[in-house]
Amino acid sequence: MTEKLLIRQLKARDAKAFEYLYRNYSESLQGVIFSVIRDKEVTKEVLQDVFLKIWNSIESHDSGKGRLFTWMLRIARNTSIDVLRSKDFGNQKKNLSDNFFVDILETNDRIDAKIDAQRMKTYVDKLKDKCQQLIDLLYFKGFTQKEASETLDIPVGTVKTRNRSCLSKLRELIPESYGR
Amino acid sequence: MDVKAYIASGILELYVAGTLTELENREVYEAMQEHAEIREEVERIEQAVRQLTASVSPTNTSAYEDRIKQTVLGEDSMDETPVVPFPPQKRNWLAYSGWAAALVLGAGLFYLQQENQDLKSDIQTTEIENSYLEQQIEQANKSLDASRALVEILRDKNIGTTNLAGQTAAPEAYAKVYWNQEAQTVYIDAQGLPEPPPGKVYQVWSLKLNPLTPTSLGLLDDFAGDENKIFALTNANASEAFGITLEPAGGSESPTLEQLYTLGVVKS
Repeated sequence: MTEKLLIRQLKARDAKAFEYLYRNYSESLQGVIFSVIRDKEVTKEVLQDVFLKIWNSIESHDSGKGRLFTWMLRIARNTSIDVLRSKDFGNQKKNLSDNFFVDILETNDRIDAKIDAQRMKTYVDKLKDKCQQLIDLLYFKGFTQKEASETLDIPVGTVKTRNRSCLSKLRELIPESYGR
Repeated sequence: MDVKAYIASGILELYVAGTLTELENREVYEAMQEHAEIREEVERIEQAVRQLTASVSPTNTSAYEDRIKQTVLGEDSMDETPVVPFPPQKRNWLAYSGWAAALVLGAGLFYLQQENQDLKSDIQTTEIENSYLEQQIEQANKSLDASRALVEILRDKNIGTTNLAGQTAAPEAYAKVYWNQEAQTVYIDAQGLPEPPPGKVYQVWSLKLNPLTPTSLGLLDDFAGDENKIFALTNANASEAFGITLEPAGGSESPTLEQLYTLGVVKS
């Protein structure tokens, strides 16, 4: 299904479109939520909240301003950060920047039709550290280009080109068959 | 547009990351509409990011797909899900009926309170009316007593009646004198006299006729204020006639004959 059609059906409150959305994006959104929350049960609750927000505010989505996926990632990230700040996680509370996705990937033993965490780990391991860091900042933590350049102490223009080469490398590493 | 160079610039990866400006986003979106190659590249980048982020997902989301679907879709597709949760509505109904009952009770209490107040004020009014009536009865009784006493006096066998006729000064005037010689008391019925002008007072005289000798019996004080216009005066004289004159306030030593209102001779 093309994104255009998916958005049109979601705006028409089509249950089948929601099902499609859930099946194609729930693991990704949950991954981002978990990378912030680091608690399996709370992550499930937040995922439901995120889908509720997506469903209820789909009218406000503007394709001209970005991808549906990008929009949903932002909702997942912001909702998670709100929950993390409002809930008392006690000793589990960690600095956001400590939650490096590669560390989380390492402890994930999921193997099923959709996810093979350790296989993905072998692909990610082949990326250079600076690639892993940049991907973590831009896609998991939602840093801006400028924030990423300041954090990694590299020029803003380098963020763009380096990110291109890092993601291209990852795409080469992930086989067509993965997760299909 | 150099599509390959555009793709190689890395702008599409940042587009998926969501870090571009609004203007850049618009630009990429338009480029995607124009060039299928760019759109496909964006979709592939998106797929890689989706696979990567999904790889840290700790549990299979299929396990709670139904629950989340029901929660999300249940919000606005009640007719599609036959099991509609009624408890909230029931609670609402209970709450509404509770409020309604409270309102009715409140209105009832208010009504009763008003009624009570009305009754209290009715009682008060009645009490005032009662005391007023009591006063009237008392006054009537008093006046009845006075009338009875008066009748008693006038019926006394020792009493003599003398009619005083109007004179030149007041031809329409008249008066009656009831004289109890034994009690040495005269009762002047002054009903037939006009009200004296201000600064003036009626004076009653006992007269001896031969020679004409007037003796003052007293003044008809507070003429206007006296209801039955009957005045009691002491009379120890062997009166042959009675006269009433209008005198200056306080009375006079001897009658002012020009102001003789009534005069009558005692029947022997």
